Amino acid sequence: MKKFGGRVLFLDRSDINTDEIIPAKYLTEISKEALKPHMLEDLNLDGFDSRSAGVAMAKVIVTRGNFGCGSSREHAPWVFEVNDINVVIASSFARIFRQNMFNCGMLAIELPEDVIDSLFIHKGGEANVSIDFENDSLTIESVKGKDTFHYPISGFDKALVKAGGWVEFADSKY
Amino acid sequence: MAMTLAEKVFKSHLRDEPFPGTKVLGIDVVMCHEITTPIAINDLVARGKDRVFDPAKIKVVIDHVTPAKDTKTAMQGKILREWARRQGIKDFFDVGRNGVCHAIFPEHGFIRPGNTVIMGDSHTCTHGAFGAFAAGVGTTDLEVGILKGVCAFREPRTIRVNINGKMSEGVYAKDVILRVIRELTVKGATDCVIEFRGGVVDGMSMESRMTLCNMAIEAGGTSGICMPDEVTVDYLWPFISSEYGNKKSATEDFKRWWSDEGCGYVKIVSIDVSDLEPQVTFGYKPDEVKGVSEMEGMPVDQVYIGSCTNGRIEDLRVAAGYLKGRVIAQTVRGIISPATPKVFRQADEEGLIKIFMDAGFCVTNPTCGACLGMSNGVLAPGEVCASTTNRNFNGRMGKGGMVHLMSPAVAAVTAIEGKIADPRKYGKGGAE
Repeated sequence: MKKFGGRVLFLDRSDINTDEIIPAKYLTEISKEALKPHMLEDLNLDGFDSRSAGVAMAKVIVTRGNFGCGSSREHAPWVFEVNDINVVIASSFARIFRQNMFNCGMLAIELPEDVIDSLFIHKGGEANVSIDFENDSLTIESVKGKDTFHYPISGFDKALVKAGGWVEFADSKY
Repeated sequence: MAMTLAEKVFKSHLRDEPFPGTKVLGIDVVMCHEITTPIAINDLVARGKDRVFDPAKIKVVIDHVTPAKDTKTAMQGKILREWARRQGIKDFFDVGRNGVCHAIFPEHGFIRPGNTVIMGDSHTCTHGAFGAFAAGVGTTDLEVGILKGVCAFREPRTIRVNINGKMSEGVYAKDVILRVIRELTVKGATDCVIEFRGGVVDGMSMESRMTLCNMAIEAGGTSGICMPDEVTVDYLWPFISSEYGNKKSATEDFKRWWSDEGCGYVKIVSIDVSDLEPQVTFGYKPDEVKGVSEMEGMPVDQVYIGSCTNGRIEDLRVAAGYLKGRVIAQTVRGIISPATPKVFRQADEEGLIKIFMDAGFCVTNPTCGACLGMSNGVLAPGEVCASTTNRNFNGRMGKGGMVHLMSPAVAAVTAIEGKIADPRKYGKGGAE
């Protein structure tokens, strides 16, 4: 199973698409590692710099609605994976992106908008998220305090994370 | 129990339900292209599982960057080509015979009503036009599809969109789907399929139905779906005539897939298109849509007609109707990319290619290239493209570039004027 948790990168916008996460021009790469420098390179967000220290240290993304919409490219979860970001927390996900995350044994955590709002309270300084995978809960901690939230996860998604992904799961079963 | 078409497909293809709400389906058609498949192939090789579940059910095309533009794209083609050969995959479309996946696969009759279809491409939802459940998936789903012939889904709910009224001159399927996306928003159909119903859809060709279903994903939808009818039978007839004695019996057979009377819809939306004007996007999301009258006069640098949304013969005929005897503005680069060799050949035989070239258009080989800013028409920063494609994301056709989505009719007259224009001012099909 992958490691989950660490420094948070807040992306305060809805409808961030997979072209912004990894532009199409890099889809000619045939290794995941080659994608690494280009994560969020074209993200359209005021003040965002994909080459900043905050981005480099991130292990968890907290964002808004419909994250990962657009293209089906699994390069989007992969570019997070090779940058050690294995958790994305959002108020909603596009279907294909969410499935791709779990298929790679990564976590796409969906929480109601008001809970996402309470996570964003920690934006500003350094914030960290830890994941209690067995108990389906996450804890966010910053100078502003500490909060714990339960998150929903289906039995199937949990099994995919435990198995390490869909290939491993399907191969043992079908 | 009354079921939707999607529910019937799920029921008939169910292989396993490993957890409540998760349905593992047997897949009838696994489609592959050179962008998302090579990494799956390499992973299967690395795992010592370099095999396929059924070579006859796997369809392969090189379409995104073709002919290859550099060493990396050449390698992607090479990996796909060599894999198709060693796995005995006969339906492989390489340079000279290749075209945009969601245009060329239907042309070969690969998709039938009631089928399950997956591909590592979000616009796979196009094939629901044949009454199939067709979903875009990532590379891992594709890899398992190739190896095992299965894919897992949450059972989708169905949104029914009734499209009624009579479309005005100059209004086409693209305008209808842009209007629908404006209504549903970019996430309104997430985890849902969109069923397109009503008199307008009944009267549409398969090409137009594919244009509708193609953009279901832009509202977050898993698949677009149309009910398979006489139009579907006519389109598929060359491929199914040996299975059915006559078209009537084929139509009857197809109709068993229709959503039942009284089935459950999560939402029903009704749109009357009688007053609908041509639609154009204005922002960076496909639900940011306005009537052309609000967008008229905005200058563009490039006009692109093509893609899995609007690169079929019907689209080229529409564009040619407006371009015949006219010349595009000096300030505009016009690019037309017929979606498949068949479309290209047909356009040539009908004299459309000559019309495009006389008007000053560059006619490219069939490819997805420009739509996602990979080749054959990439924008420079600050440039604006009027495009018949499906995504207006910031930088989609080139970093710093702006895209306005529209029908081939609006694109054609925009090319003539050098700024966004209204095809209705050109009379019936551009005849005035």
